[in-house]
Amino acid sequence: MANPRLHQHHLAGWLMAAPAILLIVAFLVMPFFLGVGLSFTNQRLVSPNPPSYIGMKNFSDLLGMGILVLEPERNEQGEIERDDEGEPEYPRIRSFTRNNPDYPQYQGMREYLSFSWGENRVVILARDVVFLKAIVNTICFVAVVAPLQGGLALGLALLVNQRLPGINIFRAIYFMPVVLSIVVVALLWRFIYAGDNGLLNALLGFLSFGLFQPIDWLGRTDTALWAILVMSVWQGVGFHMVIWLSGLQTIPQSLYEAADLEGASSWQKFRYVTWPMLRNTAVLVLIVITMNGFALFAQIDVMTGGGPLDSTQSIVFQAVQHGYVRQDIGRGSAISVILFLLVFTISMTQRYLTRERN
Amino acid sequence: MAQAGTKRSATSLFVRYTVLILIALVFVFPLVFMVMSSLKPDAQLLRDTASIRAFMPVGDISLDNYFAAFRRAPIMLFVFNSVLVTGLTVAGALLVGSLAAFAFTFMNWHGRDVIFTMILATLILPFETIAIPLLLQVNNLPWVTTEGLVTGWLNSYHVQVIPWIGDGLTIFLFVQYFKDLPKELIDAARIDGASWLQIYWRVIMPISGPVVATAAILKFLIMYSQQYLWPLLVTQSEEYRPVMVGLQYFFQLNVAWGEVMAYLSIITVPVLVFYLFLQRAFISSIASTGLKG
Repeated sequence: MANPRLHQHHLAGWLMAAPAILLIVAFLVMPFFLGVGLSFTNQRLVSPNPPSYIGMKNFSDLLGMGILVLEPERNEQGEIERDDEGEPEYPRIRSFTRNNPDYPQYQGMREYLSFSWGENRVVILARDVVFLKAIVNTICFVAVVAPLQGGLALGLALLVNQRLPGINIFRAIYFMPVVLSIVVVALLWRFIYAGDNGLLNALLGFLSFGLFQPIDWLGRTDTALWAILVMSVWQGVGFHMVIWLSGLQTIPQSLYEAADLEGASSWQKFRYVTWPMLRNTAVLVLIVITMNGFALFAQIDVMTGGGPLDSTQSIVFQAVQHGYVRQDIGRGSAISVILFLLVFTISMTQRYLTRERN
Repeated sequence: MAQAGTKRSATSLFVRYTVLILIALVFVFPLVFMVMSSLKPDAQLLRDTASIRAFMPVGDISLDNYFAAFRRAPIMLFVFNSVLVTGLTVAGALLVGSLAAFAFTFMNWHGRDVIFTMILATLILPFETIAIPLLLQVNNLPWVTTEGLVTGWLNSYHVQVIPWIGDGLTIFLFVQYFKDLPKELIDAARIDGASWLQIYWRVIMPISGPVVATAAILKFLIMYSQQYLWPLLVTQSEEYRPVMVGLQYFFQLNVAWGEVMAYLSIITVPVLVFYLFLQRAFISSIASTGLKG
């Protein structure tokens, strides 16, 4: 800047930036803080009564957990009582969680999971089992989708970074699903995953000469979330391919020429030239996929509605269920706050782990 | 030697193209399936999914599903809503964002750097974390109508447009572009006595075509294709629904899959054609978001 006074204009500067600043404050910053405040209340979307402050109740109702160790029932001789199949019998969980004055902390909780520990049975209780499932599902989804989608996108980027005639056509095709709506994609993939005459079952049956038994991919608790994940990767991988590609194209060709002179193999060139130069791109891709993964909603809404047996519940789906469907804004806001804290903690951890070390 | 070399490279070329084509099929087939299915009656559509016929225009082919889809749902209304909301938001975001970026890049004012940093920080805030409180907020905002002041923005166009105009990503893209423009342009115009608005509109915007295209494409994709949660929350009545939420119309009562496929084709194929014509611009738009790393 040759002459700073030419650019000195406080009022005009403020005025020109004001519309954007005001809109961002009004529709992004304010709702964020409003949400934090509402999460401590029982605010409803439409209600004749004013909301009241209820402290941490939303959070404890969502996240409250307990561990119960059940000892097997014994008869008068002190022997373990067994059922018809020889399994030990335990006291019923309900006797602890319903109106038991000795265990007020477990009141209203339900079983999340249980396992055997010696002759005892350990039961993990949760106040909101569905929400706990939603958190676990979302974290599993992110933990798998981030490396999978990032890795596949890098593979595709390396493929379409070759100098071949017509390579632009392939680039355009791989990117194509990105311009589609996830809603459209999710509906199309319902046909691919259908149990009776779905496209995927037909393909697998054909490849295995009819040995493959058809699976209802979206109707089983052990496959539904992963089916949704594969579809999400299909839709989003082209986006990150392009990000990797722009990273690849900033690497100076001279580095590869030097590596060729040294007689480096393709793998060595990737390991010692390409990968270190893609470091910043890798951090960006990882963080963006993580943020998108935590926002998992439309696919669930269109494909499974959270089922079967809550196996595809996600945090955002729960926020909409509470905040919109049940119009419980306070509870929905609390879920939003939990989501923000999760995303924030994980992106900061990713940033810390991938920081430049000198 | 030379012959062995060309032979090897011919084999390697064959392998490379085979891999490229096989992957391309994975991306293309679901879309081919969509368009082909939209031409078939339901019974045949569901039967064909078990074989390669799913991707072929065979059997009883007609446009009946399209006519039926138009009869079943107010498709033109949904398309109009989407185009209107997307168009207004893109125009608004570009105007407001480029003005702000101009102020951030070329002007000195108190608080500029702090505010710019804060705007960049909003980029890590996923919309999903503010959707529910924002829903309550817009439900209590006033709006001026012909019948005077009313409370509540739900079921309207403006509730789908206004919250999306102020956008950190658009500002960021413009700042990245403006930074590389020669500062002498501004100095010369200032010495000639031009006002800031004149410099913005007459000097800077006319040479900002590339970034306008980039930002417009990104905003278009976000508004037309990726938006789902927000319009779902704020448009209970179909009158204001965009195409992606209008889809629910086809799932009331008995689902006619051929009509669903016809509807999906109607709302998707124009965007795909648009993309195929401008694919370089689309791809470089996405690539430019990668610069923030």
